[in-house]
Amino acid sequence: MDLWFTENHTENVRFSIKVDKQLYTGQSEFQRIDIFDSEEFGRVLALDGYVMLTEKDEFMYHEMIVHVPMCVHPNPRKILVIGGGDGGTVRELVKYSSVESVDLVEIDEEVVTACKEYLPQTAGMLEDPRVNTHFEDGLKFIRHHENEYDLIIVDSTDPFGPGEGLFTREFYGNCYKALTDDGIMVNQHESPFYANDAYAMQRAHKQIVNSFPIARVYQAHIPTYPSGHWLFGFASKKYHPYNDVDFEKWKKLGLKLKYYNTNLHSASFALPTYVEELLKDVE
Amino acid sequence: MKNLSQESAPILEALEKMKRLRLVPFDVPGHKRGRGNPELTEFLGEKCLSVDVNSMKMLDNLCHPVSVIREAEQLAAEAFGAAHAFFMIGGTTSAVQTMILTACKRGDKIIMPRNVHRSAINALILCGATPIYIDPEMDKSLGISLGMSYRAVEEAVKANPDAKAILVNNPTYYGICSNVEALAKLAHEHGMLLLADEAHGTHFYFHDKLPAGAMTVGADMAALSMHKSGGSLTQSSMLLIGPNVSEGYVHQIINLTQTTSGSYLLMASLDISRRNLALRGKEIFDKVIEMVEYAREEINAIGDYYAYSRELVNGDSIYDFDITKLSIFTRSVGLAGIEVYDLLRDEYDIQTEFGDIANILAYISVGDRPKDIERLVAALSEIRRNYRKDRSGMLEAEYINPQVCCPPQEAFYAPKRSLPIADTAGKVCSEFVMCYPPGIPILAPGELITPQILEYIRYAKKKGCSMTGPEDMDIEHLNVMEGSGK
Repeated sequence: MDLWFTENHTENVRFSIKVDKQLYTGQSEFQRIDIFDSEEFGRVLALDGYVMLTEKDEFMYHEMIVHVPMCVHPNPRKILVIGGGDGGTVRELVKYSSVESVDLVEIDEEVVTACKEYLPQTAGMLEDPRVNTHFEDGLKFIRHHENEYDLIIVDSTDPFGPGEGLFTREFYGNCYKALTDDGIMVNQHESPFYANDAYAMQRAHKQIVNSFPIARVYQAHIPTYPSGHWLFGFASKKYHPYNDVDFEKWKKLGLKLKYYNTNLHSASFALPTYVEELLKDVE
Repeated sequence: MKNLSQESAPILEALEKMKRLRLVPFDVPGHKRGRGNPELTEFLGEKCLSVDVNSMKMLDNLCHPVSVIREAEQLAAEAFGAAHAFFMIGGTTSAVQTMILTACKRGDKIIMPRNVHRSAINALILCGATPIYIDPEMDKSLGISLGMSYRAVEEAVKANPDAKAILVNNPTYYGICSNVEALAKLAHEHGMLLLADEAHGTHFYFHDKLPAGAMTVGADMAALSMHKSGGSLTQSSMLLIGPNVSEGYVHQIINLTQTTSGSYLLMASLDISRRNLALRGKEIFDKVIEMVEYAREEINAIGDYYAYSRELVNGDSIYDFDITKLSIFTRSVGLAGIEVYDLLRDEYDIQTEFGDIANILAYISVGDRPKDIERLVAALSEIRRNYRKDRSGMLEAEYINPQVCCPPQEAFYAPKRSLPIADTAGKVCSEFVMCYPPGIPILAPGELITPQILEYIRYAKKKGCSMTGPEDMDIEHLNVMEGSGK
């Protein structure tokens, strides 16, 4: 049998994964959810036909979206995750004993249900007693919170479909309001490479720059995302992303990770020239 | 005439049939199903261009409908409870003008509130009728003009028993309704017609939680913007008439100014939208009402903003309120409506319908999605957090009672002179000045220019209202009647 999953990375570029077996297909109120097994990437989650994660490379994304801000913030206790129904971000967060609570706000309950059943690798820690899951629109949830979170992680899908509202100025502004005075917001920031992704990336950056005094971008290599070159946004009220960070303190925690390390931390903020220019254009 | 049901859409069906025939077009339009204009076809799509056709036997003719257009109009009349419906393709402006031109001739009087749309006063320039303005009461704290109180209209009727008609907004742009039923009765007792500008009221006919559609409570004619809450294409509209108005005469009036090349895109959109409303109107507006009520509640919970609703109803000048209108009072945030309107668009990529000096209107329809409502609410909350100002020094809108010195037609065509706007106080204006939207004139031809009006214009310009009307597009000069005033 020769069954392939194909995602269009642009109108002219396709990315295909050979499928071993389709495990789950569901149509929720918000999107189509598919989970399948593959020889190369293990289990794969796709929403509306876009790869969200694969078992093989999800650690790159989840470690980078979590450990960079967790290392910068001296005492992150109350955390909010918006999106991230697959549980990967939560899994990384609960590795810290200092974390007192994690609010996970996912719009689509069916994503969480499907991931709990088929993706224990990422969803395995969603039952941690510190985690509170809310099935609600992220923009609506955040509006009702003020001066509450030390860290907000925006683990969203793309800026079209259900995640649309999470790339807007009103959303970032409300995140600013919901953070404490030394709070940090990190977000999935799209890719600089293909034109449409780069445009979305620039727009998001522009909105964040307008909302936060410190707004920087860092990168990671994520093979199954378009172009493989992916960005994260680091927005902060007080802390610089790598100057004055107490790396030694973080190292003493002794977390065993596969992608993130403290050398990579600072290095991930060193961007290619063309990316720097794209960002500068909107600053 | 065939036995038709609301499930059918005669114009749509005729167009489908025409497509199947694969006619060889040796008639206009010259793009010939789009083949002659590939760039336009690429932009609009082949399906669209393939039905942009001219009248022909199987498609009827809007200037003299006898088959499918007539059938579609009859279905529309049935759906809205009117004696007859006319498909209008020149916007609701053409429908309002047809109402007035039908009711009035040169020298006739017509009673109307001053907060009418410019199209109504334009009709007076065309036909030479004289307006008898009713002072719409003003809600001072919200800065909006209301409906007409029954007593004010009754007095005007008594003072002008020779008037031919009463025109009523049902509702106003902000959602406010007068007592149309009582006004219709009053009009009929005095041999006048009751005309309703229902540009913002198409949906009234399809939901019991909404104010009454004018035709259902005795109006003689009503102009409906199907393209607003009805879902049809921009510029398509409907004129309804009751049994006391001659269908043939209305047709003659329409044909005075209507194109002889009526667009089938517009007509088909009316036909399809009528079917949709007749079959699914209740559930459509259930959904709209639910979204608006949610938005109103959330906006009122932000603080300062006031998204008003039925609590305003006072049984007279606010006889009823259209709950699908999301009108929001912003002056309590220290911002003019137009400032919030600009911030929403420039900073948050949200386009609202209009902003005046104290309110904005967000137009909610079946096309809205809950996540878009969340964006609007979130953006308003952010605007309050980031841009809130001290509210002192803000101009409170007041109803400026117009002093009509001569009928609009006489003023418009009189010898005139252009003056710097600051020098015009005391003169009689010969043109319109308005903020667009909403397109309600601040000054109309024949009205006295006062310092109070000039102050209002200056303030609205400063706050960024888009001013239109005068010959001088920059509104630095105004045309005044030669020899008028001091």
